[in-house]
Amino acid sequence: MTILSVNGKSRQVTASPDTPLLYVLRDDLGLNGAKYGCGLGQCGACTVQLDRMAVFSCVTPLAAVGTRAVRTVEGLGSAEAMSPLQRAFAEEQAAQCGYCIAGMLMRAQALLDANPSPSDAQIRQHMQPNLCRCGTHIRILRAIRRAAGPLA
Amino acid sequence: MSAPIDRRQVLAGGGLLVAFSFAGRGFAQLAGGGEGGAAPKVLRPDLPGSLKSHPELDSWIRIAPDGAITVFSGKAELGQGIRTALLQVVAEELDVPPFTISFITADTARTPDEGLTAGSHSMQDGGTALANAGASVRLLLTREAARRWKLPAETLTTDGDGNVAAPDGRRLGFGVLAASLSLHGEAIADAPLRDPAVYRTLGRNLPRVDIPAKLTGGAAYVQDLRLPGMLHARVVRGPSYGTRLANPDLAAAGRMPGVVRLIHDGSFVAIVARSEWQAIQAMRVAQAGDYARTRPVLPVSEGPLRLQALPSREIVVLNTRGPKRRSAKTVKARYTRPWYSHASIGPSCAVARFEKGEMTIWSHSQGVFDMQRATAELVGLPVENVRVIHTPSAGCYGQNGADDVTAEAALIAKAMPGHPIRLQWMREQEFGWEPCGCAMVTEVEAAIGPDNRITRWTYDVWSNSHNNRPVRAGGYAVAQEIASGFPPQEAKPIPMPEGDGDRNANPLYDFPDMDVRYHFVPEMPLRVSALRSLGAHLNIFSLESMLDELALAGGIDPLAFRLAHMRDERARQVMETAAQDFGWAKRPKGDGRRGCGMAFARYKNIGAYCAIAMEVEVERETGAIIIHRVHAAVDAGQPASPDGIRNQIEGGIIQSLSWAIHEEVTFDETKRTSFDWGSYPILRFDQVPGAIDVTILHRPGLPFLGAGETAQGPTSAALGNAIADATGARLRDMPMTPAKIKAAIGLVG
Amino acid sequence: MFQSPPPVLRRRTIKRLIPLLGGATGLALALTWRPAIAPIQPPPANSFSPTIVARGAALAQIADCMVCHTAPNGRPFAGGRPLKTPFGTLYSTNITPDPATGIGHWSFAAFERAMRQGVSRTGAHLYPALPYEHFTHVSDQDLGALYAFLMSRRPVAAIAPANRLIFPLGFRPMLAGWNLLFLHQGPLTIDPSESAEWNRGAYLAEGLGHCAACHSPRNLLGGEERSHLYAGGVAEGWRAPALDQSNPAKQRWTPEALYTFLRTGISPDHSAAAGPMGPVVESLSHAPDADVRAIATYIASKMAERASSSPSVPPTNKPYGARQAYPIGATLFAGACAGCHDTGAPMAGQGRPLLSLASDLSDTDPTSAIQAVLRGIEPPVADRGPNMPPFSDNLTDEQVAATLAYARARFTNQPPWPHLDRMVAKARKESQP
Repeated sequence: MTILSVNGKSRQVTASPDTPLLYVLRDDLGLNGAKYGCGLGQCGACTVQLDRMAVFSCVTPLAAVGTRAVRTVEGLGSAEAMSPLQRAFAEEQAAQCGYCIAGMLMRAQALLDANPSPSDAQIRQHMQPNLCRCGTHIRILRAIRRAAGPLA
Repeated sequence: MSAPIDRRQVLAGGGLLVAFSFAGRGFAQLAGGGEGGAAPKVLRPDLPGSLKSHPELDSWIRIAPDGAITVFSGKAELGQGIRTALLQVVAEELDVPPFTISFITADTARTPDEGLTAGSHSMQDGGTALANAGASVRLLLTREAARRWKLPAETLTTDGDGNVAAPDGRRLGFGVLAASLSLHGEAIADAPLRDPAVYRTLGRNLPRVDIPAKLTGGAAYVQDLRLPGMLHARVVRGPSYGTRLANPDLAAAGRMPGVVRLIHDGSFVAIVARSEWQAIQAMRVAQAGDYARTRPVLPVSEGPLRLQALPSREIVVLNTRGPKRRSAKTVKARYTRPWYSHASIGPSCAVARFEKGEMTIWSHSQGVFDMQRATAELVGLPVENVRVIHTPSAGCYGQNGADDVTAEAALIAKAMPGHPIRLQWMREQEFGWEPCGCAMVTEVEAAIGPDNRITRWTYDVWSNSHNNRPVRAGGYAVAQEIASGFPPQEAKPIPMPEGDGDRNANPLYDFPDMDVRYHFVPEMPLRVSALRSLGAHLNIFSLESMLDELALAGGIDPLAFRLAHMRDERARQVMETAAQDFGWAKRPKGDGRRGCGMAFARYKNIGAYCAIAMEVEVERETGAIIIHRVHAAVDAGQPASPDGIRNQIEGGIIQSLSWAIHEEVTFDETKRTSFDWGSYPILRFDQVPGAIDVTILHRPGLPFLGAGETAQGPTSAALGNAIADATGARLRDMPMTPAKIKAAIGLVG
Repeated sequence: MFQSPPPVLRRRTIKRLIPLLGGATGLALALTWRPAIAPIQPPPANSFSPTIVARGAALAQIADCMVCHTAPNGRPFAGGRPLKTPFGTLYSTNITPDPATGIGHWSFAAFERAMRQGVSRTGAHLYPALPYEHFTHVSDQDLGALYAFLMSRRPVAAIAPANRLIFPLGFRPMLAGWNLLFLHQGPLTIDPSESAEWNRGAYLAEGLGHCAACHSPRNLLGGEERSHLYAGGVAEGWRAPALDQSNPAKQRWTPEALYTFLRTGISPDHSAAAGPMGPVVESLSHAPDADVRAIATYIASKMAERASSSPSVPPTNKPYGARQAYPIGATLFAGACAGCHDTGAPMAGQGRPLLSLASDLSDTDPTSAIQAVLRGIEPPVADRGPNMPPFSDNLTDEQVAATLAYARARFTNQPPWPHLDRMVAKARKESQP
């Protein structure tokens, strides 16, 4: 039995401690946000926040999480009450198939948590680990820019 | 995710539903761009789009007495936004708010068979059908109101909110009117469409209906489906198609925690476990060890040129040999592209449940109707006992592993009645086993006369079939693994005007003396099938590269050279618009580092028009490319949602740049060696163009032209042309990597 | 090169040594004063023979010029790349022929003096981050070709940020003292008992290639320890493994294996190029084939007579014992690493090195193993190849240590690394930007 803090709530899970956080979130806690994309820490579809840092949940064992706070896209906001970043993605229609988008949101949120007004170059650099295959990059960048507000 | 709907509930229906009318199958129409199996038989050739095969209105639209509207489409949401676009079409023609419609898509038990969702046909076939069906229903409702009110029908209008309105302000709701009508009649060929001047929904940027769930962790994908009692499966395989494990350690795998069942049938092995992680761990144990190759070795030294060495069937695409004109300059060139991966971000996944003799499958296949028949054959069930429900997944861009993984899930489920089975491929299985996009080779010889007009055009293209989508059980990879086995499907080319390897090999330009041949190669060195735009990608790259090579030889501006050979007015306007927006006339001229290139195509010569212009910079020391800006102009007829088209074009541009610069399936003699994102890199954020601007031409009321694939060819071609303009080096073999560019520039730089 | 001090070196120790260096400098100053060399008008790029420029281009790849003289996302050779050293941060200079900010005014004589003696055209001493103690061995002809190559590049106006060095190292004449101690000018001697290829490799590796600059320990003043050349060093927070007989590789490096590694960044029997070795192999992937073979032949010969290694050894893999010794490490490894590094993982079937063969895991010093976990590995050549994610935000220091202790116990026969927790904390600190 492991106790996790997920999206501000304490959750008990019985998965074995070596289970990557991705499968715990999806299969034990029923959270859809983090996606299996590669299981190798190479594509970012599984990105979640661990104590505000963006991490690949597919290579983060349950045993490594400890007391650190897990935040998934469900923790940002809901379809009815979106967070500013989610709203910016909606306003820019920044998705095609959308499979990468929850990971994009969580990586972008980690940037905005650390630096509320990043430069365009910083945004590109920060988003580098996450892959999008549909080619929605321009809209994703625009959405993050919109959420961050115009450059000072 | 909506709960699976029981078959009886569906058949019980309500309101206007009388009966299902699924037409018999025939060979008359190329739905989905000719991919997949034969489309349903044409019953009413006079009706537009998919109504030809499904003329009954209640196959498409049903209205309950309370006014609730349900619309059915055989086309599937693949991330391209088609769900929203089709909804806009039908909402406009019914004249109701789009969000009041329940929209059911691609479900073999509920929706009309519209063949594949492919080939940029969804708007042309499905959109056109829904437009006419909507208009027909609106006409019937209006006539019914006219009958009740005893007013001439032409004096009545609809109010945009589900009512027919009389001039005196009286209103009757659609539900009330529909209750006394039967829609189990055929569509009305000349039902008047709404006037574009008063469109309420069509042509507007309606926010996509699927996006909110995708931004918030809502259930949006087949991967998110969780059925009671569901078990997790993984397949155990060699590294890539054409291999099998020599000696999988099944005993050890079976002892792993959580393993419920090992399926072992011929060389097909699958592990079923209680949890996903347990299934993966057991799969790893079983998969350790050596593999054997089961097919001919892969063409390591020859690459795509292997296709020219294999036996081929020659298909004459165009032969307009005319009187010879004097040629001043001749250019001859060979162009190639490698095998590509679809490289979906999410590996393919399916859920299958076999219960009481009925198989229900949730799949992200582009062809649920073909799948129903092929899977039924594979698992040995009558077709009517198999139901396939399309459920979205990561973008596929053609035939990725979606069909295979579904067939495998169905086989596993068949062996475990009562247990819903969720099977997802691993990343390396997707790269290793999915059908690749075809490698291709073209050879072009063309000449210009003293007047700088093209005098001769000889074009040869070598390709495998781009259409190996499963229409029979033998089309699935697993069919060659299971003991009972099925013979592989025969590879066939798609006839023109769609074409496959020869798609867009016929120039839309006005050239005299053309000889265009397709050397169709049946034998496939690598397993291949459809990838976004099929052969159009290399054919447009070749054609549009050659135009620039000829323009350079003649010392003419590439835009002027194209316009001089183009009579199609819409094509000219698209090119001129892109040039205008880009600032082509005062563009920076190639100075060794910076340069500009353009290219044009009308997809399949019957789809959307697209012109691309871009400015690039090449770092001569390294060959690295920076793409400063890209401008696109697109004529897709009446756009359903301009922003939806813009999203598709932006995505197509970025994907095509990724193909053209980075991508290549690599292999050694026995296996594919591109198995992860390190060995199959795709374009990342730092390489995304500085800006992409898309102009959608205003074409009110003109027929829909599919736009999802139209950017693929022109983008790669414009890039090659821009690199040539910038550096003086013409690259003809994709991918045009920095290493190749540097090699072409030379060490001196 | 100042980038490779011994790991135990502390800033305070250095400060204590500075008076010593200062004294030597004082004595040497009179002897080592250098005049400015008169500026020239930049020669036109086409005044150099293309054949010679091409030769210079190839030599520049072996010397890695572009790697150090290009800022992140900057123009090639325009300088500005920061180099963190225990003595402060240095910024590489602009070596494009821009007259105002680059070397446009440099005659060949000025270039030669910089490469051989570490003295700028103006007479100022250069910091030995420019490995002139190696370049000093380069032939006149090759220096001429390099000069022709650099002077025919596109001039880029770019001023590197000012160096930020600890006091009083900003005072350049002190470097004269360093030169007296560590600069040994003159050509290398040919070893007639070795093949022409070996001698070519020695010339390239000791000269332009400056392999020893990273792969040798440095003394307290940042000079290579000439009695321990190739005994392993430090580069940018990573361990540069020993290239002498103490090389930690499980499987002996053959010239062929080393050639493959230098050319592609990966050798199936050894490991993948990580950290600062990545850019080196990227550069060598463009160098002439015969030259890379020669370097491989020479370097492999230095590692050859190792007693502890054999050409081929069965892989070490002791999962049960390792799990008993390090249960937490085993759990973390299963969830974080096994997807790539366990038997049955996709990498295993794709000719990627097994962890039992990885030098980093067998090395006496855990630094590179730690850095690989914290920072990951990027595909070194043409953006295609091994791609390991960084785990710095996934795993705590204790978790990295536990995972590595397990991996070492499982995949090697080496004793546990002492003080692994502390080493992880230190490496993490060094990997901060």
